[in-house]
Formats: sequence, structure tokens, C-alpha cells
Amino acid sequence: MFRKHSAFPYVLWSAVFIIIPLLLVAGYSVTTKDSQTGEVLLSLENYQKFFDPLYIKVLWRSVRLAGQATIICLALGYPMAMILANMPVKKQRTAALLFILPMWMNFLLRTYAWMSILGKNGIVNRVLEFLHLPQGHFLYNEGAVLLGMVYNFLPFMVLPIYTVLTKIDVSLIEAAEDLGANAATVLRYIIVPLSVPGIISGITMVFMPAVSTFVISALLGGGQFMLVGNLVEQQFLLVNNWHFGSAISMILMVLILISMAVLNRYDTSSEKEVNMI
Amino acid sequence: MKKFAALSLVFVMIMTLLAGCAGGEEKLVLNVYNWGDYIDESILDDFETETGIRVNYEMFATNEDMYVKLKQGGTKYDVAFPSDYMIEKMMKEDMLQEIDMSKVPNYSLIMDEFKGLDFDPDEKYSVPYMWGTVGIIYNKSMVTEPVDSWDILWDEKYKDNILMMDSQRDTLMVALKKLGYSMNTRSTEELEEAKQLLIDQKPVVLAYVGDNVVDMMLSEEAAMAVVWSGQAIQIMSEQEGFEYAYPKEGTNLWFDSVVIPKTSENVEVAHMFIDFLNREDIAFRNADYIGYSSPNIGAVDQLSEELKAMSAAYPEMDKLENAEIFLDPGAFIEEYNRIWTELKAE
Amino acid sequence: MSRWLKRIYASVIFLFLYAPIIVLIIFSFNAGKYSGNWEGFSLKWYQALLTDRSIMKALYYTVLIAVLSSLISTVIGTLAALGIHHMKPLRKNIMLNVNNIPVLNPDIVTGVALMTLFGFFKMQFGVSTLLIAHITFNIPYVILSVLPKLKQLPADALEAAMDLGATPWYAFRKVIFPEILPGIITGALIAFTLSVDDFVISFFTTGGGVTNLSIAIFAMARRGIKPVINALSTLMFGTVLGLLLIINARSGDVTELDV
Repeated sequence: MFRKHSAFPYVLWSAVFIIIPLLLVAGYSVTTKDSQTGEVLLSLENYQKFFDPLYIKVLWRSVRLAGQATIICLALGYPMAMILANMPVKKQRTAALLFILPMWMNFLLRTYAWMSILGKNGIVNRVLEFLHLPQGHFLYNEGAVLLGMVYNFLPFMVLPIYTVLTKIDVSLIEAAEDLGANAATVLRYIIVPLSVPGIISGITMVFMPAVSTFVISALLGGGQFMLVGNLVEQQFLLVNNWHFGSAISMILMVLILISMAVLNRYDTSSEKEVNMI
Repeated sequence: MKKFAALSLVFVMIMTLLAGCAGGEEKLVLNVYNWGDYIDESILDDFETETGIRVNYEMFATNEDMYVKLKQGGTKYDVAFPSDYMIEKMMKEDMLQEIDMSKVPNYSLIMDEFKGLDFDPDEKYSVPYMWGTVGIIYNKSMVTEPVDSWDILWDEKYKDNILMMDSQRDTLMVALKKLGYSMNTRSTEELEEAKQLLIDQKPVVLAYVGDNVVDMMLSEEAAMAVVWSGQAIQIMSEQEGFEYAYPKEGTNLWFDSVVIPKTSENVEVAHMFIDFLNREDIAFRNADYIGYSSPNIGAVDQLSEELKAMSAAYPEMDKLENAEIFLDPGAFIEEYNRIWTELKAE
Repeated sequence: MSRWLKRIYASVIFLFLYAPIIVLIIFSFNAGKYSGNWEGFSLKWYQALLTDRSIMKALYYTVLIAVLSSLISTVIGTLAALGIHHMKPLRKNIMLNVNNIPVLNPDIVTGVALMTLFGFFKMQFGVSTLLIAHITFNIPYVILSVLPKLKQLPADALEAAMDLGATPWYAFRKVIFPEILPGIITGALIAFTLSVDDFVISFFTTGGGVTNLSIAIFAMARRGIKPVINALSTLMFGTVLGLLLIINARSGDVTELDV
């Protein structure tokens, strides 16, 4: 059947362009180069090196920030997705496109623009000054980094949820209302559970890249927060220790995949509910 | 039908792969690998017109990015523009082609003080392109006292008005120089001292910034910043009221030079291009466009009096007494990196 | 929820999204070179843009790669999502995890790993390697966009259609495809967006004079980003916005697919 074969091109593609590079990275992570002889030896020392309070601190901070950003994106994004889904159908496509359009401007440019908005003499402070209100210190702190992350990843949370919300069976909602449910109950017991696949995709597309990002923290955070993305970049470029850099990536990968697996448990239960009708 | 679709997709994929393996054109081409916006592009057009050789121009953002690409060898670059310590590293790893200076007669226009530099003492692998220093730029309306030492960056008076560089070697250099040590130290103790000094400094630092320091100083985000002389020139050319100081403890003297990677397949053309770059008229146009300090006397002579008088651009040599050039720390970079990570993770 | 509350909320979010864009657009008309200094209104950067050969070339490659990679990855990704949706749990899990890898890996790891792979196969770095890299990081996002729509479908929709006499292909075309189309479009949009904005992976997988806007911009950062980039961004933005308005005006009376 068609369905059995349709994933075949991707299986092939991923084998070559995802699995093989992954094996390369894994290979680097379990080897070291003897600096004297240049010999390549099998070793777990790269992994051992990581379990140093210094690096764990960096990892934890990255995970924490990414988690916070994801939660904020979900909180802000879900209502936005609902608003989009409830718009007149003709306007929806345009609105969705308008939503993602800002992301086509270069990322560095947009981040620099935020700096001129939030800076000491930036637009926000100038407006506050004009209104005789106290000026704020908006940049070079974790709040600015979070803002940058949310700004960057919000569309990736909104769009998958929106596409799922457009197809919630209206009769389910009507049935619930007939049985006396108010808007909040309908939301909590019908709409949200049915949109879980979209929520999970959204979380996946936000949390995972957010953990390994670092440009946002370098610029908006004033270079004061070292994140795991910086660490990896340093190892690959500055220090030229691809072995340690690869080990960090592998650790990161395993950690994230585990948390994604935990997250996906919420998905299978919702499938049953849909099929119960 | 679906099998057909699946198979044709696989076919397309294989074709794409094979297209990648096919050889390139045979026409004479020059592959240039340079920093972004670091050449007057009309010069490339002129080179094409004069020699009939097509110029492929690619850009990189940092020395390290360039190194990885060059090492990998996927594109055969003919000329590249790395910085001092990177040149030393590439020389050690046998990545550079020797330059036959007899094919670069315009090398004679390079000023003597810029020949035989620490990283290429025998002048065999590089020709200086642009040079500069690191110093403190400050806003005269916000800093009224004389600035002549790195100490001022630790001054409580300027809390949250100080910008440091978000660059490992450059910021460690400031601390090391302030302590009287060499910026190329291989002593862990000295680095630890430097680290502690920088940790102590953190409360007064507004931010560790990268490339947008020029915008920040111009919009008065801070009173002073550690910058490269090139950035200082940009700031001072744009607005009045700024001054660039050379700390007396000494600072970093940097060079971006042109080299020929060993993987080049057009070595003759590469030599022609290097010679072309140093021709008086070309070097002048370039120095004028880029605005950084040129090591080529033919170019400097033609620059505006204003620029020549700017001490940020062309300082008196005594200001550079304690200046050092960055050297490649070899495997010791791991130590530098650990210190920097500890500083940042605080 | 009251209509006004919705309107205000949506407006605030859109303002948030567009704030930097508006700033960029305003500064594209700045006679001065630096955003720290407003020196009066000027069109000079737009004029300079027309003669800037390397930026125009970068723009060309950016659009070329973005369009091609999003098309190809949408096709492969949609087919893959279909297949994955119907896989047995074990294989499904494996494929989903493999699919997540390009998304969760730091760009530098993906870029360097692919670069090493291409080098190993002795490939010529250029459009093909760049395209392959972009397709590789785009497909997972397409799959992540299409899968939720597939999960929303009643499990036996296809069977039901075929019981009623439809051929598998017809059933797919008329039943499945329209239902997952929003997911496909979202996936294509996200893929295009990621492709236009990518720097690190593109940097390490390109060569032979092929470059893109992101590389040009990041490479320029050390020297200060030329204001012509602001002009270019404004033009790109204006073009897409204009196209949107035209499409909107034209298809005002056409009923949408997913009624």
C-alpha cells in the first residue's frame, strides 16, 4: 500500500544525512586525540569532563531558560492560536502569513532592532521620559533574553496549534454546551485535550532549538550568560576540541529526547478520546 | 503509481547528490575568502576587467569559522585574510602556501615596521592588509578626567557605563596587561589572577558586547568601551566628542593579512591579486573605503590629512611600546577557554 | 471572550512581533550610517542597493535555496508523515526520534557534521550541498506540522471512503489531502522561514562563491551592518506584503478548502 512506502524516501534521506552525521558526532565523542602522538584513542573522558559543576551549571541555565521561554510561548501563543482559528476563514490564511512574515527579516537585524528599542536611550525609554515616567533597565538581564527567545519562537508555537484548532469538531462543543458546560469547561475538557497534538508539536519546535540557542543571550543578555550553545560553539571553533564538543551535543541530545518521550505520553491518551466518538 | 512517485523522489535525490560530485568549470577563477565588508568591491571589478579572471567572493564572520572551512578543503580558496594568531596556527599546521615575494613587487610599499612581524618573521606566508590596536574609546561629555590606563574600566564612578568585549582573548588581555603580564601568557596562575580581576569588575560592567559596540557608543548607551581602533575610527568619524586612549600598560597590536591557502589551485593568480591589492591606487581606494589603518605607504600618503592625524588610526610609535601581537596558544587554549567559561558562568 | 478583548490581545501580539520590523524600516530611510544617529530622511541606501553586486547575488541564492528546499522538503516530509503515522509503535518511535535530531542539535553540530560528510564523499561545495543541508533541517519541521493533522483524522476515514467505492488514490486526494492541507502549508511556510534565516549551517555547507543573505549579514557584523541591508529588508517585506494584499483582494469571493 501507498502508506507503507511513502515514508521510504525520508527513511533513506535520514539514513544518509541524519544518521551518518550522528554516528560521526558519536564517534568524535568517544575518542580523544593524544596531543603528542596524534593517535586517536577510544575514551570516555569527554563525557567525564562534562560532569563538572561548571558545565552542569551552564546546562541547567540553558534548560531553565528554554523551559521558561516555552511556557511563556504556550501561555501567550495558545490564545493567539484560538483567535486566529476563530477568524473568518477568508482572513485566516492572510493572518497566519502576517504572523510569520517578521521571521523573514534576518534574525541578527531583528535582535539589533530590539536593542535599539530597549536600550538606555532606546525608543521605550525615550517614550517613558516623554511621559515623565521612570526609565527602565531593560537589557542585559535574563528578562531580555527571555523576551528575545519568546519573540523568536512564538510563531512556531502558534502555527501548529492553530492548524489543529481549525478542525475541532464543532458538534462536540455544541453537545457539551447542551449538557450545561460553560466556556471555561468547554475549553478545559474539550478544546485543549483535542489540540494536544498541536501543542506537542509546538513545544517540540520551541523547546528543542531554545536549549541550544546562544546568539540571543550574547546580544540581549550582554554576553553575561554562558549557555550550552556557546559552550558547544567554543569547543568546535575556538578550542578545536571536536571531541568534547561532540560529547556535549550527545549529552544534550539524550536529555532532550528523554524529555520529549515523557511529553509524548500525553499524546497517546488523547488519541483514544477522539476515537471514542 | 505511488511507488512511481516514491521512486522518482529517490531519483531526484540521487541526481542532486551526483550534481554535487561533478567537477567545476575550467575557466580561470580567483576564489577570495574575506571578512564581510572588508574590501572596496569595485576593486574586484577592476581586477576582473584588467586580467579577465573571474572573482568568486565569499565571506566569513570570524577567524575560527574561516579556519574550519579552510581545513576541510571543500572549496579551494586562493586568497584569504586571517588575523595574526590564526596565521601562526595555519603556518604550524602547514596550511599555507609560501608567497614568492618576487611575484609581489608592490610588497616594497609595505612600511618597514610592518615587515617581519612576530607571527611570520621570515615574511614568507603573509602580506599585511590592515592593522590596528585595541584601546578605550570614551565619550568626552561623560568622562572628564584623562584616560590613560586600563584601571578606569574598574572605576565605580562609571558603574553600568562600561562596555567590555565579548571576546575571550581580548578581554583576558585587558586584565593581564593591567596586572603587568603578557597577553600570551602560558601560566595558569596569571590567568587565574586575571579571571579574579574580571570577576571583581563584573558589577560595574554594563555588558560584554560584540560587533554592535559602535551603535551603542553613538547612542550613548555607555560612557566608555574597549574597542578595536577600526571601530574607534568609525565612531569618531561619525560624531564629535569621542576620544581614543592607548593605555600605558600596553595593549594589543593586531594585523589582518592576506595569505594563500595550500589548497589553492590558482597560485599564480593569487600572487597577481596580492600584488594588485598593494598597488598604490588600489591600496589607497581600499584604505579609504574600509577606513582602518593601512600598512601600505603608497596608500597612507594619499589619505586625507584628517585621517592621518587621527591618533586612533595612525598613532605615534611610542604609544605602541608595550603593545603585543597575539600568538597562537596551541593546546593551552583549553586553559584560556576554561578560565573564560568560569568567568562567564559566575 | 469579548470581541474587544480579543482584538486588543491580537493587536498587542502583532505589535510585539512587528516592533523591530518597524524600527528597521524607519532606519532604512536614515541618512546616517548608524542606528544610533538619525540624520534625516534619505533614499540613498535604496540607490546603493541597486549597484551592490554581492548583496544582489546573495539575495538570488537565498531565494533560490529557500524556494527549492521548502518545496522539496514539503513533498518528502508530507509523504514521510503519512508513512510514519501508520507505522507500528516501535518503528514510529525510532523515526520520530531520528526526526527530532536536526531540530535539537545546535546548528554548529549539524553544520560541521554535514560539512564533514560532504567532504568525505568528496562533493563539490556549492548549490547542491547547500540545498541538501537546507532540506535536511527543513523536513523535520514539515513532519511536525503535518502529523498533528493526521492524528486529528478519524482512523478509518480512508477505509470508509474506499468501502464506498473510491480508489486509494481518489480517497487520498479527496478525503485525506484536503484535511491535512493546512498542516502542509504551515510546514512549507516554516521551512521557507528557516531557510531564509539560516546562517551557521549554510556557512559550513556552502562554497564555490555561493553565499546567502544571512552569511553576508553575519559576516558584515564585525564592520557594522551596512544600511543597504535595511533597505533590502524593507523592500523584501514590502514585496511580500504587497503580494499578500493582492492575493487577498483577488480571492475574496472564493470559498476556502476547509469549510
